[in-house]
Amino acid sequence: MPVAFDHREGELTARIAGEIDHHTAAHLREAIDEAAESVLPRLLILDFSGVSFMDSSGIGLIMGRYKLMQSMGGELRVERASPQLKKLMNLAGLSLLPIIIS
Amino acid sequence: MKKARNEMTLVFLSRSANEAFSRSAAAAFFSQLDPTVEELADIKTAVSEAVTNCIVHAYRDRLGKIRLTARIYEGGEIYIQIKDSGCGIPDVKQAMEPLFTTCETGERAGLGFAVMQSFMDKVSVRSAPGKGTTVTLRKTLNARPGDEAAG
Repeated sequence: MPVAFDHREGELTARIAGEIDHHTAAHLREAIDEAAESVLPRLLILDFSGVSFMDSSGIGLIMGRYKLMQSMGGELRVERASPQLKKLMNLAGLSLLPIIIS
Repeated sequence: MKKARNEMTLVFLSRSANEAFSRSAAAAFFSQLDPTVEELADIKTAVSEAVTNCIVHAYRDRLGKIRLTARIYEGGEIYIQIKDSGCGIPDVKQAMEPLFTTCETGERAGLGFAVMQSFMDKVSVRSAPGKGTTVTLRKTLNARPGDEAAG
């Protein structure tokens, strides 16, 4: 499960590609946390444009990164999720958290 | 009970690599109904949740077999049964509550059943502690022009 990073001016972007499920989420979690903990960004952006499928493991991934950014005094933004992924995010109540979903 | 127009059964080990395999296989089987992209994604998501439950909960500390049966009935009605012989669920009602999870470490959101219920028309769960759990998912796909392909 590939994830590519881009870091500039306090913003860390993690571009996730492929399918997010319980099998792939563990690797993603480790890779994103390692990058975030080393650069301590003000804003972590999860770019979902390359994600073709996600189940509730993806919700766990977002919530976990939200908590991580909160613990570091930073913010989380979810970008470019497909309508199907947004349907799942809304069902999970992510819109109730201060995560900007665009 | 009505007679199924088509049916398939898969039996696979509770390895997490089979999460993608099983939802893709189910989607490929139901593709003969010419579902919409959204319907297919809903089916894949619900199957993924049910199979992940077997791997994470039913067989949490061992490998076991998962049996997935998929059926197509007249009128675009689909049926998916996911059956394990794992530890079982002591309180099914509690397990189906949104955000309830017994998993302390794995970042599980506790949304598996809520997602199945939202993305499918009907979800039923039968479980016996020590014997296993059977989850049944049902959905009627929207009729599309030019349906009733030769079976």
